[in-house]
Amino acid sequence: MWLDTIFFYVFALLAVAGAVLTVTRRNAVHSAIWLIVSLLGVAGLYLLQHAEFLFAVQIVLYVGGIMVLFLFVIMLVNLDQAARERQFNKQWWVALACILVVSAEAAYFLYSGTDSLKLAAPALASEPGNVEQLADVLFSRYLLPFEVASVLLLVAVVGSVVMAKKRI
Amino acid sequence: MHPVTTVHYLVVGLALLLIGTIGVLTRRNIVVILMSIELILNAVNVNLIAFSRHLQDLSGQIFAIFVITVAVAEAAVGLGILIALFRNKETVLADEVDLLKW
Amino acid sequence: MNFLDHIWLIPLFPLFGALVMLILGRRFDPQAPSDVALAPGLAGSVEDYGHHTIGSTKILVSLLCPGMVLLSFLLSIGAVIELAATAGKVHQVIQFTWLAGLPFRMADGSLARFSADWGFLLDPLSSVMILIVTGIGFLIHVYSTGYMAHDGGYYRFFAYLNLFVFFMLMLVLANNYALLFVGWEGVGLCSYLLIGFYFHKKAAGDAAKKAFIVNRIGDAGFILGMLLLFALAGSVRFLDVNAALANRTAETGFGILSVSALLLFLGAAGKSAQFPLYVWLPDAMEGPTPVSALIHAATMVTAGVYMIARSSALFVLTPETSTIVAAVGAFTAIFAASIALVQNDIKRVLAYSTVSQLGFMFVALGVGAYWVAVFHLYTHAFFKALLFLGAGSVIHAMSGEQDMRRMGGLKDKIPVTFRTMFIGSLAIAGVPGLAGFFSKDEILWQAWSSPLGSKTIFAVGLVTAFMTAFYMWRLMFLTFYGQPRMDAHTAAHIHESPASMTIPLRALALLSIAGGWIGVPKLWSVFSDGFRAFEHWLEPVFAAAYRAEEAHHEASVEWLLMALSVSVAVGAILLARRRYLARAGQQEPEAEASGLLHRILLNKWYVDEIYDFLFVNGLAKRGGSLLGRFDSAIVDGGVNGAAWLTRFTSRFSIWWDTWIVDGLVRLSAFTVKVWSYPVRLVQNGLVQTYALMVMAGLAVILGYYMSR
Repeated sequence: MWLDTIFFYVFALLAVAGAVLTVTRRNAVHSAIWLIVSLLGVAGLYLLQHAEFLFAVQIVLYVGGIMVLFLFVIMLVNLDQAARERQFNKQWWVALACILVVSAEAAYFLYSGTDSLKLAAPALASEPGNVEQLADVLFSRYLLPFEVASVLLLVAVVGSVVMAKKRI
Repeated sequence: MHPVTTVHYLVVGLALLLIGTIGVLTRRNIVVILMSIELILNAVNVNLIAFSRHLQDLSGQIFAIFVITVAVAEAAVGLGILIALFRNKETVLADEVDLLKW
Repeated sequence: MNFLDHIWLIPLFPLFGALVMLILGRRFDPQAPSDVALAPGLAGSVEDYGHHTIGSTKILVSLLCPGMVLLSFLLSIGAVIELAATAGKVHQVIQFTWLAGLPFRMADGSLARFSADWGFLLDPLSSVMILIVTGIGFLIHVYSTGYMAHDGGYYRFFAYLNLFVFFMLMLVLANNYALLFVGWEGVGLCSYLLIGFYFHKKAAGDAAKKAFIVNRIGDAGFILGMLLLFALAGSVRFLDVNAALANRTAETGFGILSVSALLLFLGAAGKSAQFPLYVWLPDAMEGPTPVSALIHAATMVTAGVYMIARSSALFVLTPETSTIVAAVGAFTAIFAASIALVQNDIKRVLAYSTVSQLGFMFVALGVGAYWVAVFHLYTHAFFKALLFLGAGSVIHAMSGEQDMRRMGGLKDKIPVTFRTMFIGSLAIAGVPGLAGFFSKDEILWQAWSSPLGSKTIFAVGLVTAFMTAFYMWRLMFLTFYGQPRMDAHTAAHIHESPASMTIPLRALALLSIAGGWIGVPKLWSVFSDGFRAFEHWLEPVFAAAYRAEEAHHEASVEWLLMALSVSVAVGAILLARRRYLARAGQQEPEAEASGLLHRILLNKWYVDEIYDFLFVNGLAKRGGSLLGRFDSAIVDGGVNGAAWLTRFTSRFSIWWDTWIVDGLVRLSAFTVKVWSYPVRLVQNGLVQTYALMVMAGLAVILGYYMSR
């Protein structure tokens, strides 16, 4: 129990701190690295919630795939110029005010709704492997969305190649 | 120390969401904006997982998988657009692109 | 396999063939770089004739398209055999509804809802038609592989031909008038495309347009008739319409039913080339000869006959219209036959002969002998297709020559063509024992004996029969007998057609002999009932038509009339022989072309000229100038006066406009401009600003829920 709690706070801290640093760094490479930290933190939260499959997916896809993509693009696009510019736009104070209002409101809702969510979920008793359970559902009930998602990925691949290529 | 409840996860999710939103709304660098969008999507995933656990329903995890799928597609397309944009306009700053006005 | 429930496959095969040809045809048949088909005789040099080489991939076209029709034919046979085994001999398959309208009030005040299904109706009538269409269609496809072998656009020809078979099958298999109309228009389209197949020839293009435009007149009648019938019966399905009409009594005088029947007949007259809308059919001979055989002799032009036979329940109730049908049919028959007497173009003779024979069919329809009309349709399909194909074979042999004055003496040079055409001519002349005799004799007998018929119609029919035998044998004697009159070059190249052309000829000759024996007259009581199978087969369809029958007639009268018609036919053959064979030595058999009547006939009674004068020149041009004068005097005068008045009043309105209206407009524009500043500030084109607004909206919405 203790260990769980400690790990939760560690991972939550990683995720939130990483996120803050991602958003605030001047150098985009630093941002990307802090984003990796944040994503690893989130992956840890998945693990604490017994979503082992998602944990693996998060690390392989996000940290391994998407972040590499980001780093590639950062290298392709000349960011030195951008790093010397102003990092925040003119509306930043309006945006910040707006976010503060929204966060206050969201916090209120969360607080007022806490009662109904207070009970922590009991641990799954003698659960089969998370991956196996997930596969069961994914390939039966969610088979069609799964296939559609594959089409979406294909479209995304074709689309990004078309847009990024100099001449088609 | 309190035991960790679902609400804790929701708070983390909310924090990630708000930080991501701040990034999207205030940063000028489009690469960072795209990263912030990833943060927002992760916030959603944290919430989905938390509720999946809370309600003992695997659908939440399934949806998280789909969110990740869409995030991958979004990142690929977004970065493709970014490269095309940089090639054509020599900029990666969001407030120098105002073609929506025309 | 259950053929009856798969009727939809029957039209599907030719459609498939047509689509494959239209899409991939050019790959199969790459020989024609320009895709311009050359008319026979124009295609390269004359030497090309006689070389029957087919390109390696072209053979695919030759196999696929006839093969598709053959498949349809086999399916049709299967379906008809199964139909014969069913009790009611009616099988309706409804696939889906393809036209659906809003409900509205019918003529009698009850509510109805227009809907037309995509459905098929197989009954004895349509089964006869599909067998004719697919059977003869197949033979003509086979023939075409030989006949068209040298023409450019080979695949295009077969694509259209297959498409035609598809639409024709839709027409005869449709279970409602709307779907029938789809096929009706479709075959019209294919007819247009195929008449204009040699589209670089102006005459062909003109003929195609003429066919299309003349048919429009009839089609307008058809649509109106169909809608009127729908307003009366509340459905366009044949079975429903017949059921609705079954409990009506025959109309006395000329009522609403007669009007709708007459409009339908107008449609039939256009499609089946009846007077006064027949003018397109002779010109349609500009198309390739197999087309003339299939579309303009055997199948499409009989669509009108089919349609009226299909509507027999309506025509039975409308004696007035039926009389008109019979009269128009009789007039067309004798009129066209008279023109055919003197034409010199071998295909034109056959074209007018077709018009005349269609007139016969309409006589039969008009006197209420529907099964006889279908019977004649059926025998006519055999011998007229045979004659057309034979004529095509002659033209093929003559290197494209169509003028009979430059033929002669072909008897021994193209023996198969000669023998088969000999049989065809005997059949159409009405020599006993051949197909034409049975049907024509039955029509004449019905014209005499039916309550709707009359002695006049019979007499006209008899004269027409005489003319028919005469012109057909004139054609035979001019073409095959006597001295050759062609030039030496052509004569050297005369050759019998390839097997692909002679085999269909032989098959059709066989059918022309045997085909009539399923409709032997009742009078010949030595033959068992099986020899009258055709009438019995169609009985369920025309059940309504049998109500009015059947007055008793003396058998002796019938024998006498039969003898009369036979002797007329034989007499005409002998007369033709005397006129054209006896002086075969003469180089100019048309020397008699001096008489006034002959000149009128040669010029087809000047009908085309009259139409030109009345409609084309009269209405369009002279009427145009009259309208022009009316325009400049009355209409323009009114316009000018109005213009003066307008100018006068406009001075006031200019002032009003400038100060009041424009002032208001400017004021509102100014207001908008002032108020738009903050809005324009928001529309700065930056994505992040828009996203910020989304967030602000979220904040507001959440705030609203919080305050509740």
